[in-house]
Amino acid sequence: MENMLFLLVLVSVYLFGIGYLGYRGFRGTRTATDYLIAGREAHPFVMAMSYGATFISTSAIVGFGGAAAVFGMGLLWLTVLNVFVGIFVAFVFIGIRTRAMGHRLNAHTFPELVGRRYDSLFLKIFAALVIVLFMPLYTGVVLMGAAKFIEVRMGTNYEVALFFFSALVALYVIMGGLKGVMYADAAQGGIMLFGISLLIFFTYYRLGGISSAHEQLTELAHAVPESMAGAGHQGWTSMPAFGSPYWWTLVSTIVMGVGIGVLAQPQLAVRYMTVKSTKELNRAVLVGGIFITLMTGGAFTVGALSNVYFLNDPEVGLISIAAARGDVEQIIPEFIRQHMPFWLGDVFFVTLMAAAMSTASSQFHNMGTSTGRDIYESFVTRHSSGASILATRIGIFITFIISVTLAYVLPVYFEAGIAIVARGTAIFFGLCAATFIPLYMGGLYTRHITKSAAISGALVGFFASLFWLVFVHDSTASALQISNMLFGRSNIFGDTRTGFILWSHVDPLFVGLPLSIIVTAVVCFFTKPFSEEHLATCFKNK
Amino acid sequence: MYFGIADFWVFLAYALCLASALICVVYGALKWNQNGDTTPE
Repeated sequence: MENMLFLLVLVSVYLFGIGYLGYRGFRGTRTATDYLIAGREAHPFVMAMSYGATFISTSAIVGFGGAAAVFGMGLLWLTVLNVFVGIFVAFVFIGIRTRAMGHRLNAHTFPELVGRRYDSLFLKIFAALVIVLFMPLYTGVVLMGAAKFIEVRMGTNYEVALFFFSALVALYVIMGGLKGVMYADAAQGGIMLFGISLLIFFTYYRLGGISSAHEQLTELAHAVPESMAGAGHQGWTSMPAFGSPYWWTLVSTIVMGVGIGVLAQPQLAVRYMTVKSTKELNRAVLVGGIFITLMTGGAFTVGALSNVYFLNDPEVGLISIAAARGDVEQIIPEFIRQHMPFWLGDVFFVTLMAAAMSTASSQFHNMGTSTGRDIYESFVTRHSSGASILATRIGIFITFIISVTLAYVLPVYFEAGIAIVARGTAIFFGLCAATFIPLYMGGLYTRHITKSAAISGALVGFFASLFWLVFVHDSTASALQISNMLFGRSNIFGDTRTGFILWSHVDPLFVGLPLSIIVTAVVCFFTKPFSEEHLATCFKNK
Repeated sequence: MYFGIADFWVFLAYALCLASALICVVYGALKWNQNGDTTPE
């Protein structure tokens, strides 16, 4: 009872704080620019923490932390990419140019930025549709991760937890706009750092320190079940066997799909446009680097080390995935519930709430602005600022319904144990990378990409990725059943190999992105370049 | 064995995580007071 009281007090204080910050955002929002991009005056600490807290969700902690309990510490390659590519390269080489071009073109959203850069209404609406149609999958799995943890910790019903949690997030986004979202994000980022730091410390400390913990995990290699060893698992401190199904899933989907996909995430790109100069972005590199290293590196290391705790527990004596009854997303919650002090479990409960809320709030905001700003305003020529905000708020409400419905349906439709949360995230990240990276990065760095090339590359990248997801990539193709209905097999390549390449386990990113880059480059040579006047508007002072 | 880690490639990932974080910290610290390219004109 006392334990529950501590948790309720902690949650109440947290929710009151978030409510207050949402209200401050609401009071500080006077113009549509405030609502859409926080008035372009975000503080560097707020911006960096907001970027980090949006980047890291329950998906990273519960989803990928659980995946690390299965695949092992090889997942740390994703942390390397998250920090080096997702922070350093993203801020220094992409963020600075995005901010400058976004200001010059008066862009308030990612679709608006690419639409104005390429002077293309089609590209703007296409980018908005990709967000509105596919981001609900990513949002759905983030909400799912949170609701599953609430279910374990508070003993409530999954469906009830999901509804109330999602409604709370949607409410403060609808009211506070991006100012409210970013204020709350910064506070939530602070809570997340505190929670994960404690968890890393206790996990290592109870195993006798860093080297001792790693040695104990290494010694468990004999406990890898036959089924996992057959798929390439060689222990939790080793990479899976080169070319095995586990290796392809770890390297191509989890590490590369998310590690590269982060460069073209609409909800992160809009963050660059919220600061007024490059000084804020440079300062954000320091804060973001520390934040992402601790959040992802911590979650993945703890996930892998959870195997030592579960196996050495005389009452359990199983590896993590077996102890969590095959449910990848339940590994971290179960580990904390069974092996950490109760107060740390409560602190971590609030940490996960913060992680889920900060990501979901940005997703709702992004889907809403795509609906209101990018789609509604494109078709309604005479509109007021107020009507645009109303359309955005309605967009948030509609995508909220879709996301929550997906979070209800996914656990029922997919069998437990396939890491839906991690895979759902990787699908969205990979799809964005193949569709947007060539035109987005090319648009920032070169004047040579033509309007036709940008559109062709985006369409080829998008549809090639979608085809691969539906017909070839086994984990999604077998679940969707479309290939089975048309061709009588779960994926069209079966177990066909070309050398070390196992086609059914190659992530769509490895097909969609190269094709998109090639098509963009080739079409440039045959189509009309932009006028010098338009390019001067985009690249002034460059 | 590298600090208890069996596979060199996993150890390398562990080391590069820390190295990447250090790069971010050093870069951010060096640029902390450098003015950026902020005007309506």
